[in-house]
Amino acid sequence: MNIVVLVKQVPDTETKIKIGADGKSIETSEIKWVMNPYDEYAVEAALRLQDSVGASVTILSMGPERTVESIRTALAMGADTGVLVDDPATEGSDGLGKAKVLAAALKSLEFDLVFCGHRAVDSDENQVGIMVAELAGIPHLGLAVSAEVTDGTVKVQRPIEGAKVTMEATLPALVTFGGAHAVWNPRYASLPGIMKAKKKPLETKTLADLGLSADEVGAQAAKVSVTAMEMPQERQPGRKLEGDTVEKAKELTRLLHEEAKVI
Amino acid sequence: MAQGVCIITEFREGAFRRVSFEIASEGRRIADELGEPLLAVALGEGVEAVASDLGGYGVEKVYVVDDALLKDYRAETYVPVAAEILQNLSPKVVLTAASVDGKDLSARLAARLEAGLATDCTELKVEGGGLKAKRPMYAGKAFAWCEWSDGTWPQVASCRPNVMDCLAADASKKAEVEKADVALPAGNLTQVVSIEKDAGGKLDLTEAEVIVSGGRGMKGPENFAMLEELAGILGGTVGASRSAVDSGWRPHADQVGQTGKVVTPNLYVACGISGAIQHLAGMSSSKYIVAVNKDSEAPIFSKADYGIVEDLFQFLPAFIEEVKTLKSTC
Repeated sequence: MNIVVLVKQVPDTETKIKIGADGKSIETSEIKWVMNPYDEYAVEAALRLQDSVGASVTILSMGPERTVESIRTALAMGADTGVLVDDPATEGSDGLGKAKVLAAALKSLEFDLVFCGHRAVDSDENQVGIMVAELAGIPHLGLAVSAEVTDGTVKVQRPIEGAKVTMEATLPALVTFGGAHAVWNPRYASLPGIMKAKKKPLETKTLADLGLSADEVGAQAAKVSVTAMEMPQERQPGRKLEGDTVEKAKELTRLLHEEAKVI
Repeated sequence: MAQGVCIITEFREGAFRRVSFEIASEGRRIADELGEPLLAVALGEGVEAVASDLGGYGVEKVYVVDDALLKDYRAETYVPVAAEILQNLSPKVVLTAASVDGKDLSARLAARLEAGLATDCTELKVEGGGLKAKRPMYAGKAFAWCEWSDGTWPQVASCRPNVMDCLAADASKKAEVEKADVALPAGNLTQVVSIEKDAGGKLDLTEAEVIVSGGRGMKGPENFAMLEELAGILGGTVGASRSAVDSGWRPHADQVGQTGKVVTPNLYVACGISGAIQHLAGMSSSKYIVAVNKDSEAPIFSKADYGIVEDLFQFLPAFIEEVKTLKSTC
């Protein structure tokens, strides 16, 4: 079985976000880049299938050269090969543009399953993985917290509002992962794993290699784009209530009822 | 020539979900500004019986497909049906719900229609004859304003539940209902195997008006019973910080923060949560924030409207009693 995991490199979640000089992107000079946490769950899910039923795991990513580090991390965890689409023309692509690039790269790979995070924690778009499924013409099961494969079918558990749903899809299929770390923790890359990862195949491709041009998927093709960014309104710290336990409890109840009118 | 604003409703177990009324209300406002009619696509088993109710929120005409095949949301049945209706209507703007199923539907539809999609929008405007959408990035550490390229229709925006103003329904207004004449795909690639409801029909965090959240300071899973009790009295739901989830005390569905859910309730009560930056990103847009923590230096206090510096095990029982008293008198 062949599994392709789509991985995006994002700023670490502890990063303080600052808006850049252009007013429509973020300041990246002091950012520590990591693998998108949800993609890490997808890598872990793929490696669990590699362990249980046997699978070859390919990491597919797009981004600048630094993205290699995230692919190497996944390889050190146990994935077999990596592919990076590194082309400056993809800068400024919208969600659909990115999905077209990844779908084109998928065409050149063999796969029964495609795994990825349900969203990347930078732009929080929640669309690229799903669009890849649509473009590849395969089913998508979203927000999975587990994945099992039997007889050409993938079965996942997914929590939705107020319920847990079990779904299955015929292979090939794409599964996006939600908060799987409540079910499992992604494995750490071991030292021997890191050494081995350096020798694993990692191929870099350009848009031309995929038969695409910048005007199909780049900034010019973007149907929607960010034209400005702003910081959230800074909350003013409120007051700390004084008194003994009961006084504070009474005062808080009064404030929430009379002032805030929320209870 | 593209015309009209069209919403795609979400229908489950015989009723529209509240977010459908929110996007109808928002759609009405956008349609008025654009000088366009407001249309709706309503899919589901049994949806025809209630479709005209959307008129109460300003929808003029609803295109329905009511079929047993559409009982549960599945992309392979919903997407081709919705896409065909939209292709026939050719609307300028499509609004969808940024709910679990709605996110899947929106992305698939946008790819199929070759449309630009802005997801999880919290504010919409009309500018220069088109839509402009504000959406959070980095879990709300920053916001982006998105615009669509000139003349690219439809402009698709999914709207975050619980954020946009919902009109009070005008029951005297009914929308015109038309059965959409589209082919229904068999859909045999995906199956819903089972749906297991959470105990007490727990409200999802993203749709809750009150959230009582616990962190490492809760000391163990058994102590969340206290938060359940408080949430129960306030008509809310329980959330958790990443460390409570990582400790296995609560399921991930309860996690608030950059690697969990971004929430916007009217009231957020943070108990024993210090306030890591990734947690603050997920809850800072709450209308009112209460923090209960014994460490007066905890960063959570910088975001709290009302701070209680005290051991939560001492404070919460007293607070629960006070809230009970209040509730019994009003």
